[in-house]
Amino acid sequence: MSKVLMKGNEAVGAAAIKAGCKYFFGYPITPQNEIPEYMSKKLPEVGGEFVQAESEVAAINMVYGAAGCGARVMTSSSSPGMALKQEGISYLVGAELPAVLVNMMRGGPGLGGIQPAQSDYFMSVKGGGNGDYFMPVYAPASIQETVDLIQEAFDVADQYRTPVMVIADGMIGQMMEPVEFKDVTHRKLEEKTWATDGTKEERKPNVINSLFLDAQDLEDHILKLEEKYNLMAENECRWEEYKLEGAEIVIAAYGTTARIVKNAIDILEKDGIKVGLIRPITLWPFPDKAFDHIDSTTKTVLTVEMSRGQMIEDVRLALNGKLPTAFYGRTGGVIPTPAGVVEAVKKLVGGAK
Amino acid sequence: MAVVFKETKGLTDAKTHYCPGCTHGIVHRLVGEVLEELGVLGEAIGVAPVGCSVLAYKYFNCDVHQAAHGRAPAVATGIRRVHPDKVVFTYQGDGDLASIGAAEIVHAAARGEKFTTIFINNAIYGMTGGQMAPTTLVGQKATTAPLGRDPKKVGMPMRVSEMLATLDGAKFVERCTVHNPAGVRKTKTAIKKAFEMQMRGEGFGIVEILSTCPTNWGMTPVDSLKWLEENMIPYYPLGNIRTPEGGDK
Repeated sequence: MSKVLMKGNEAVGAAAIKAGCKYFFGYPITPQNEIPEYMSKKLPEVGGEFVQAESEVAAINMVYGAAGCGARVMTSSSSPGMALKQEGISYLVGAELPAVLVNMMRGGPGLGGIQPAQSDYFMSVKGGGNGDYFMPVYAPASIQETVDLIQEAFDVADQYRTPVMVIADGMIGQMMEPVEFKDVTHRKLEEKTWATDGTKEERKPNVINSLFLDAQDLEDHILKLEEKYNLMAENECRWEEYKLEGAEIVIAAYGTTARIVKNAIDILEKDGIKVGLIRPITLWPFPDKAFDHIDSTTKTVLTVEMSRGQMIEDVRLALNGKLPTAFYGRTGGVIPTPAGVVEAVKKLVGGAK
Repeated sequence: MAVVFKETKGLTDAKTHYCPGCTHGIVHRLVGEVLEELGVLGEAIGVAPVGCSVLAYKYFNCDVHQAAHGRAPAVATGIRRVHPDKVVFTYQGDGDLASIGAAEIVHAAARGEKFTTIFINNAIYGMTGGQMAPTTLVGQKATTAPLGRDPKKVGMPMRVSEMLATLDGAKFVERCTVHNPAGVRKTKTAIKKAFEMQMRGEGFGIVEILSTCPTNWGMTPVDSLKWLEENMIPYYPLGNIRTPEGGDK
């Protein structure tokens, strides 16, 4: 299939529809508005439905309703809007409902700005809603990867009966790149016998629920969910490695920041400084195993983020004290440059000597 | 011998948890009977709220989603869009619908979402222990209005049905009561009309039902029925506020 030039946000919508998404519920917020705009135009063409909700809170609960009916459903937002959706996300996990949630991150806290940022890492991977829960979080670094991961996210959601979040940033949402809509391998998925479509008075009622008033029942439910988390941690970790062999410094970075870091690594190589990259593609489950692949030549792991340092906590846990860590980041919508990363590495190498 | 009264298939065999004298049980039964009589029990999908009726998913003998506090109309919107041919209803109390979920019910009504809302107005937060609701009457005591509701500080009680009836998408709006047998019969008729209207695809329907809360009102069940009649009905007048054009059909 040939490649088409598409804006990131529109590619998100196209990928979702290709994956069989029939329902989208959302609320406008910059910089992801092209997603609901695209869905409002395209979903009716495939027999689906688009609703512009009155709020993000309503949108995520519409997702909850549609997902409970067994439909493929998606919502998207950007940081302050995603904060509002956290209530519903907790309910989706609690009731074990599959859905795909897209966050085109912008700077915060509060209303923040509209420029790209990665400051929703904690909110996404540590459970921004109430209770004990996790869900898969994918962080693509290009529009092609966004398209591939969105398509796969629907299968992962159905396979594990869980919401799946895809977090990118305003840069991926707003830029254009050539993309190819491949047939992403479909997983073996079970029929959704738990979904609500009317009993026909032939079966017992299906109940979509996250309430367990008895403490022991709730603990049992949470432990059952934990078995799924363990399965996902075992089977769904994804990452990319770049020039790890012989690296003096290894950089951990994700999403668009990792693309900038790759440029910096190539510049540093010409200057005779060997730097490698670990790019987590799943932020949850976090690819701890990738950090076992670090060469014995490596002295420090530098985490580069468009935040004041959030993923670095998971990097430290993955390293478990084996290597010292350092941090370089820009925030508030300021995008790190390759030159900035080069300088941070040089300072680190100089300091180490 | 002719059977004059029997269990409805619309409810499960589960024993309800409601307090003695509470009218939730009556309304559950009416909804169950209507779904059965209309022959749509197998096509029905309900949405249970947060609050006293949070466990409604155990009592209605049909598919049910339990929703977050106030969000039942949004959840029902999602269900309805996936299942345009099913019969969808939300069952909500006044704290759920008129307070935290005010935006959801207003916009579902404004969109003319084709589902039916059963709205229990007992003028208080029940499950959380008798706090003031948007529907608490002036002077009525609540745990968060210990001296009684003071409209100078917290405004007047909300008349939800009248408010929703101003929206074009709300096609059936009626306020009923279950404090006496005549009221119960009228309530059943209203619930049936609201569901029939939904099945004709005409838009959003709501039946507000004045109900009692003996526990949190601090009254006997009998005194509660009397208090409802003497205090609630004058402020929340009964009757049909809106019926689809062309009448009930």
